Amino acid sequence: MTTRGDAIVAEGLRKRYRDRPALDGFDLRVPQGTVCGLLGPNGAGKTTSVRILSTLLRLDEGRAEVAGFDVSRQPDQVRYRIGLVGQHPALDEALSGRQNLVLFGRLFHLGRRRARQRAVELLERFGLADAAEQPVSTYSGGMRRRLDLAAGMILAPAVLFLDEPTTGLDPRGRNEVWESVRELVRAGTTVLLTTQHLDEADQLADRISVVEAGRVIAEGTPDDLKTQLGGDRIEVVVAAPADLAAAVAQVRRVADREPTVDVDRRMVSVRVGHQAGALVDVLRALDAVNVPVADVALRRPTLDDVFLHLTGHPTRTAEEVAA
Amino acid sequence: MSAASVPTPVVDLTPGRPALLADSSTLIWRGLARWRRDPGPLVASLGFNILIVLMFAYLFGGALQVPGGGSYREFLMPGMFVMTMVFGISLTTIAVAEDLERGMTDRLRSMPVSPLAPLVARAVADLLFAVVTLAVLLVTGLAIGWRAHGGGGATLAAVGLILLLRFALIWVGIFLGLVTRGQTAVVAVQTLEFPLGFLSNAFVAPSTMPAWLGAVAAWNPLSATVGATRELFGNPGWGGDSWAAQHYPWLAVLWPVVLVAIFLPLSVARYRRLAG
Repeated sequence: MTTRGDAIVAEGLRKRYRDRPALDGFDLRVPQGTVCGLLGPNGAGKTTSVRILSTLLRLDEGRAEVAGFDVSRQPDQVRYRIGLVGQHPALDEALSGRQNLVLFGRLFHLGRRRARQRAVELLERFGLADAAEQPVSTYSGGMRRRLDLAAGMILAPAVLFLDEPTTGLDPRGRNEVWESVRELVRAGTTVLLTTQHLDEADQLADRISVVEAGRVIAEGTPDDLKTQLGGDRIEVVVAAPADLAAAVAQVRRVADREPTVDVDRRMVSVRVGHQAGALVDVLRALDAVNVPVADVALRRPTLDDVFLHLTGHPTRTAEEVAA
Repeated sequence: MSAASVPTPVVDLTPGRPALLADSSTLIWRGLARWRRDPGPLVASLGFNILIVLMFAYLFGGALQVPGGGSYREFLMPGMFVMTMVFGISLTTIAVAEDLERGMTDRLRSMPVSPLAPLVARAVADLLFAVVTLAVLLVTGLAIGWRAHGGGGATLAAVGLILLLRFALIWVGIFLGLVTRGQTAVVAVQTLEFPLGFLSNAFVAPSTMPAWLGAVAAWNPLSATVGATRELFGNPGWGGDSWAAQHYPWLAVLWPVVLVAIFLPLSVARYRRLAG
């Protein structure tokens, strides 16, 4: 069987931790040169799958190939062809940025001279040349991530694993990392990205796989997944809480569907498919029964909605992650 | 396999093969470069050891009687040399636990690095530090009046036995760093250091202890090295009638070999088990 064209192939992966299955029939294919976003709640199996594909963890059952090599039988071949950037930068804090890259270059068996050359090249490319001689302990969060990415890029790997690469970064640091990742992808690297930030997946990923309870339950481009939800939503916020019941009745009648109500925000929302005139109809109906409207919106589903729909629970928000 | 679309670097990136020797020496270089950048913990450790020597020599020294009426400082130093070897173990444990916790170990395991290299490099780097520590202590000893009387060969043999013990204890430290996490590791090892050090013949004759405690102290691996090096340095000691006390030079070789034979394979197995 040929797997040409796919940089990552996982078939029926199973992994148990003591009594609990972490992966339970996990399948994935990532075509060469694309970015695949793995989305899922905590404990869904995202990190476990990345750890198996990057040879850190043995699989119990199934088969996985990365960059054309079997992760169980040819782990060293795989290790020469991957970069791994984990949730926390794996760097030597006491050493300088340059020393870190030279260290990893030599551990990739580049030899002293080429390891030094490569370090200089990467520091330049990731905008760290000015801080090259400073110890990593003095770096900002964004700088550490970039150095971590640079360390993952020493051999110009065919496949790069990014496990929640922007956890704990401020928006500026995030943008820096995203820009670096886009640059790598433009140069041809295949990326497997796990994230809890849906906007990160929307920004970077060509295709998304939603993971739940150790398996992929949905797969497609971000647009595919949003379209599967069946179109747009109307959200109406009424001015007075007393009007909420009347508003629900009107929205239900116009949309011909049961709306959802958020009492605290005085908001009624409903799915309307692709009816162009639905928004106007709702506003007319409310006006006819004298319900003043504080705010109204027609919005496309977000990946958050997709996620909520597929898994039954929301992902963490950025605020929760930061807290 | 098509690699045509992979970014082309300026440097030729055809890598060599994973090799224990090359990877270990790279990682030893890392250990030494770290110390050069951040010598604080090492300086503190050396300072602590010198302080302990001075404390015993000048503070407790006046109150202690040496068997046979020899010089107290001559009696003291072999015990101090060996104690120092024990006090360094927490540095090893902390370093191993830190690499695990901060993801450095995972990074190395995701790279084509020989799986033994990180452990071997740790052991060698820490042994190099032990050599420096022992040199500083030997000079401190000479400065306060300690002398070796056994001749060059015997003195070298004593130094070798002390370092052999440290090498064995380093593997205990590595193992503890791999099985415990974070602060627990440090507390566990530091809690271990003191009883291990004092429950020996370093400062008190085992014959003055309750019988069972005396037996434990006589059989303590440290006692073997302390007893053997006292003989080799020609410094005064306790003697003793126990079988262990009669065979300290043999035990001073045997104990470390046994410890390495236990904790080196355990550490390697534990490291491999990180893959689940």
